[in-house]
Amino acid sequence: MSKVKVTIDGREVEVPAGSTIYEAAQQVGVEIPTFCYDPELTRVGACRICVVEVEKARALVASCAAPVGDGMVVHTESERVVKARKNILRLILGNHPLECMTCQKTGDCKLQDYCYYYGVNEAGFEGEVKELELDDTNPFIRRDMNKCLLCGKCVRKCEEINGATAIDFMNRGFISNVGPAFDDPLEESPCVFCGLCVDVCPVGALLPRESIGKGRPWQVEKKEVVCPYCGVGCSINLHIKDGEVIDASAVEDSPVNRGHLCTKGRFGWDFLQSEERLTSPLVKQNGVFVETGWEEALQEVAKRLTEVRQKYGNDALAGLSSAKVTNEENYLFQKFIRELGTNNVDHCARLCHSPTLAGMEKAFGIAGMTNTIEEITGAGVILVIGSNTTETHPVVSYRVKEAVNNGAGLIVVDPRETRLAVEADSFLQVRPGTDVALLNGLAHLIIKEDLVDQKFIEEKTEGFEELKKTLDGYTPEYVEKITGVPAGELREAARLFGAAEKGSILYTMGITSHTSGTNNVLSVCNLAMLTGNIGEESTGVNSLCGQNNVQGACDMGALPDKLAGEHSIEEKDTGLTAVEMMKAAAEGEVKAMYIMGENPLLSEPHLEHVQEAMEKLDFLVVQDIFLSETAQKADVVLPAAAFAEKDGTYTNTERRVQLSRAAVAAPGEARADWEILCGLANKLGMNWDFSSPEEIMKEIASRNPNYAGINYQRLEESKGLQWPCPDLGHAGTPVLHREGFARGRGKFHPVEYAPPSEETDSYYPLWLTTGRHIFHYHTSTMTGRSRGLGSHVPEEMVQVNPEDASRLDISGGDTVEVASRRGKLNARADLTDMVPPGTVFMTFHSSELAVNFLTSDEMDAEAKVPELKVCAVNVRKAEQSH
Amino acid sequence: MFEKHLMVCGATGCLASGSKDVTEVLEKELSDRGIRDKFRIVMAGCPGFCEVGPIIVVYPDEVFYCRLDPENIAEIVEQHFVNGEIVEKHLFKPPKSKEVKRFYDEIPFYSKQVFNVLRNSGRVNPESIDEYIMRGGYRALTRALDMKSEDIVEEVKTAGLRGRGGAGFPSGLKWKFTLQAPGTKKYIVCNADEGDPGAFMDRSILEGDPHAIIEGMLIAGLAIGSDEGYVYCRAEYPLAIQRLKMAIEQAEEYGLLGENILGSGYNYKLNIKEGAGAFVCGEETALLASIEGKRGVPRPRPPFPAQKGLWDYPTCINNVETFANVPLILRLGAEEYAKVGTENSKGTKVFALAGKVNNTGLVEVPMGITIKEIVYDVGGGIQKDRAFKAVQIGGPSGGCLPEDKLDLPVDYDSLTQAGAIMGSGGMIAMDEFTCMVDLARYFLSFTQNESCGKCTPCREGTKRMLEILERITEGEGKLEDLDTLRDLASSIKDSSLCGLGQTAPNPVLTTLRYFEHEYREHIEEKYCRSGICKELFEYAIDPESCNGCRACTKVCAVDAISGEKKEPHKIDVELCTKCGSCVDRCRQDAIKIIRVGSEADVQG
Repeated sequence: MSKVKVTIDGREVEVPAGSTIYEAAQQVGVEIPTFCYDPELTRVGACRICVVEVEKARALVASCAAPVGDGMVVHTESERVVKARKNILRLILGNHPLECMTCQKTGDCKLQDYCYYYGVNEAGFEGEVKELELDDTNPFIRRDMNKCLLCGKCVRKCEEINGATAIDFMNRGFISNVGPAFDDPLEESPCVFCGLCVDVCPVGALLPRESIGKGRPWQVEKKEVVCPYCGVGCSINLHIKDGEVIDASAVEDSPVNRGHLCTKGRFGWDFLQSEERLTSPLVKQNGVFVETGWEEALQEVAKRLTEVRQKYGNDALAGLSSAKVTNEENYLFQKFIRELGTNNVDHCARLCHSPTLAGMEKAFGIAGMTNTIEEITGAGVILVIGSNTTETHPVVSYRVKEAVNNGAGLIVVDPRETRLAVEADSFLQVRPGTDVALLNGLAHLIIKEDLVDQKFIEEKTEGFEELKKTLDGYTPEYVEKITGVPAGELREAARLFGAAEKGSILYTMGITSHTSGTNNVLSVCNLAMLTGNIGEESTGVNSLCGQNNVQGACDMGALPDKLAGEHSIEEKDTGLTAVEMMKAAAEGEVKAMYIMGENPLLSEPHLEHVQEAMEKLDFLVVQDIFLSETAQKADVVLPAAAFAEKDGTYTNTERRVQLSRAAVAAPGEARADWEILCGLANKLGMNWDFSSPEEIMKEIASRNPNYAGINYQRLEESKGLQWPCPDLGHAGTPVLHREGFARGRGKFHPVEYAPPSEETDSYYPLWLTTGRHIFHYHTSTMTGRSRGLGSHVPEEMVQVNPEDASRLDISGGDTVEVASRRGKLNARADLTDMVPPGTVFMTFHSSELAVNFLTSDEMDAEAKVPELKVCAVNVRKAEQSH
Repeated sequence: MFEKHLMVCGATGCLASGSKDVTEVLEKELSDRGIRDKFRIVMAGCPGFCEVGPIIVVYPDEVFYCRLDPENIAEIVEQHFVNGEIVEKHLFKPPKSKEVKRFYDEIPFYSKQVFNVLRNSGRVNPESIDEYIMRGGYRALTRALDMKSEDIVEEVKTAGLRGRGGAGFPSGLKWKFTLQAPGTKKYIVCNADEGDPGAFMDRSILEGDPHAIIEGMLIAGLAIGSDEGYVYCRAEYPLAIQRLKMAIEQAEEYGLLGENILGSGYNYKLNIKEGAGAFVCGEETALLASIEGKRGVPRPRPPFPAQKGLWDYPTCINNVETFANVPLILRLGAEEYAKVGTENSKGTKVFALAGKVNNTGLVEVPMGITIKEIVYDVGGGIQKDRAFKAVQIGGPSGGCLPEDKLDLPVDYDSLTQAGAIMGSGGMIAMDEFTCMVDLARYFLSFTQNESCGKCTPCREGTKRMLEILERITEGEGKLEDLDTLRDLASSIKDSSLCGLGQTAPNPVLTTLRYFEHEYREHIEEKYCRSGICKELFEYAIDPESCNGCRACTKVCAVDAISGEKKEPHKIDVELCTKCGSCVDRCRQDAIKIIRVGSEADVQG
């Protein structure tokens, strides 16, 4: 790039042509005030506080927007500039309530800072001032638009980063304002309360409601932690005053979220302070929980586990580890279970990530999201299949949005018209459970239209000819019959994907939680290899993990068939998977269970069966932060510390191992899971002497070659390390398979379409598919106890297409009965075009509306993932509508 | 065969004063006499002299009938069209003159005008492409089709054409930038978002000669390598839009627009985008945003539209009058074209002449003409022979020039130097009864109202300036307000985002520059000498001049005037609402504007 020379306040600097004056000034350390500037947003040059004097220019120019010219001479603090800035500040003050004494923003307010710097004390004008109503109707954000100085950063964040476009400018001139359409309250707008607007507001117009009055910026200490929700693994600064979290903000220099969060990360931390937190070990006596000391509780657990082992053998024990706890704790948990002599250890990755492990290992030799989140922004085309990214991995959806803004094509495959689907160039509205056919159809067309990467196939893969044979029959017309996707649309999508230089595929549970889950993953791998989209930046097969430590829990060997480091266990010794444990418990084969940080009584399929199984257990110990649905059934409950209360590492979806440090103390007697595990292990004579998570990591590094180069010191110094990180000198691996596949050559696996485990019929004529929405996380154990998240969506409903509703005589809000072959429940109907006719949708967030009473526990033969995503149901108006 | 051609002004101005009714009666009177088919009636474009509309120009007789009423038509039809005698009483008669003027060439209003861009307006049927072609239309295009892009640009540069929209940027240079900008697609945009209060130059051109715009844009398209254009026209101009649509259809039918124009391989698609009337959408970047379907607010430049315009493609944006000049340049040749005008301002400029002159209307004058010539020769001087006070040139972005600037030549640079701007062509003449503080307040209230609100200085600053001006006109002003006004004005000019904000203080600054004494009078003496600011004057009847004719008592709506017949009258200031009706009515000029509470001095 060519360079130009500019002189700024007498200092000469060489900057790339096209840089703004502001950027050039930053290079020479000259600070220029800004309100409306944000490096990642469109330059609007609106506030004018950044004006500078450019020699020979007629008027002052906005340095944030004006490009430098060669030989340009700039004065950033000339008399003329200072006069203009002072007047701008006076003009803003003239229409801004001077409530600094009580304003939450005091101390962190740009208007204050600049007025202080330029000595502007008052407006000096009399006249009309804004008198707008306070918007205080939602639990997250308080909007006082009288304080707004109309920099518009909130509008641009909302549109350009999040994509919600919930707010915009309205009116014009002096009465200009920012808000949702029709000046509705934010609560009634498409706002998803990500808080990006709050964090970018230079004044106190947008404030986090929960934090108001709780502390001044200088009283607050910020501590960095990893977000406890989804697999993106955002870094969050917790704002702590007197040992209490009072607010949160995104970590600006995190390579994962670089200053962005979603509503859960931004506002969902307050469950930490919930009065429902477990603060003492509980032992059930005569059906009632009694608080006990740790010694007593651990003794009880040790005794009962030993009894079961002695009576029924080691394999009568089973443990569920957790994708919510740290790597160190997962490592210890599986070590603990295995030291008890059984491989019956699993965790919730069984419900989501297991087909990825199975499929990718077969195709590539190693399983994990192949590329980094940030690379999505550079893709030429993005295929999103089975992922409602906007709601389940919001920060990833921001990157998709950025890629689309950069000109990328977007293909979305989903039974529901998600927000990404609305924005997509190509939306393939597939029938639930027919993804193999659809993916085969795309591959068929890509071969037929010669959009394959022949060189890549020849040099790096094997099995292409066999694949070709299988794909032969998947003509667009045949695929249309199975999937319902019109042949023409499939063709367009295939061309869009095949023609792009860099194609990135994103998927989630929408294709994995099926009896065909592994085959779906294999089909995705086929498609990526066909087009040469593996091993390069901004390409890849990118599985988005559900929980914040799914990848880590798998890496630690919290699986019945693997030890830490993908060391497979001989097939004969393989333990039970999560669903199998429930089945075994129901059949009396498993007698005792240890469940750490999971809530199978809501999350497992065919809940009635799971309930029966749990009730049959001789002994159940649950370790959790809340008395979850599962914990309520336990004999002993061990109170755990939550994410912000302990040290440890998490491995996010892009294989990035990140260190999270304790920011606050755990409530009452609650202890970190690793401490509990150590205590229990020693009660059982295991003689563990780990004194810190850091020590546990040392053992992990020695066991798992991908983690061999990882230690706490390196993690402290970096912003996380992406495995494989085989030695201490290794910088981590952002892109997998760059130098060839782990298994040598990538292997194409021809897979045939097989229908879901159950079909619709005249009794159960509709498809039910399940998932999540943005405001809750999984079984709402945490989000349900957050003041904002817990109250924002008060009720889960069943989404029904208006066409079906009209046929079934259902109106919006009616209570309907949803029945499957396994159970039934009543829910209120939400009529929406988001679901196609013939399909209904429910979330699995609520215990009052536990959709898993309906879902099927039929499993994928290989990965043993249950078919959570599709079953046949009947919907009818409930007899008693309320 | 037609015996006579009757050009009825069908432009918006005359339509408003009743030319549609006139035409209907004309049709009926002719039909009743069974001679309708001998007369060709054309709803023509604007001939400019709006003051005396509705107008009918009769050819080949060369008769200019004006100030018509439907009731006059029967007489004209009978006496002139049947009996061949011109009806003199409906011809134009200059004020205080007994001599009637029969045709354009005799009417002083037209004497100093030069018709370049208005050459067809009022003289042809704007709805007929054939008439445009017969007047030499599309010859410039055929010439341009044989030229290289660079040569067309050079021709426009040599002609010295400068943008007629306000800033006067050299059009050839703009074209050159757009031609040189890399882009797979380029656009031509015609800014027809004429928004200055009282300005209707562009509307008249679109209504009176729409093909000239199409031809100008086609030539621009050839010059910069564009195959598509937009005319952004405010929706308040329905007739202009209708005529333009019709012209586009005709041009397409004739192979002058669309694919493979005249077999040359040149393709051009022309779209019309109707704007919703925000003044700021006349600013080019806001206009482009509006075409793109976004909120019509300006963005910082650079990048200029020539580099990154409509949908980020290089875009050449000029206003209506600029494009209307283009065919002329190509037809006449740059040198011939440049013979009109001054060294740095070539050609003509169309003004909407309004205010207190006798002849208001649309005028086209050569660059370099003096203000005096426009006001006195074209405009026929100030109404009622009152004293000239000032002329506002350039609309709300322009400035106010006093009597001692009357000899200033009207060209881009002289006007800018004097504190005004050429602007798009609004020109308002003011007499002694115009308060300069109130005038500044009026223009600022317009720009303040039309500020888009995006940038701080314009949004907040114009509001505060306006509030100060309002206080001064209400007698609440303080002397330090003048410093505040100057201070704010200079910051707003210096730091606003777009032309609207950068020029909004101009009326205040020029009135402060030339008429500071009026501001001071308002503040220090609580006196408005022009009798506009109601808190700051009273009316009183000068007993020396009053002849007691009682005329004023008859127009006073609140019975504030008393007095016996043939005795000097008296105004009760308590009752008087200062509506000014008595002043207009008094033939003796006996009603004086006096300082509040100074009645005794007059009564003496």
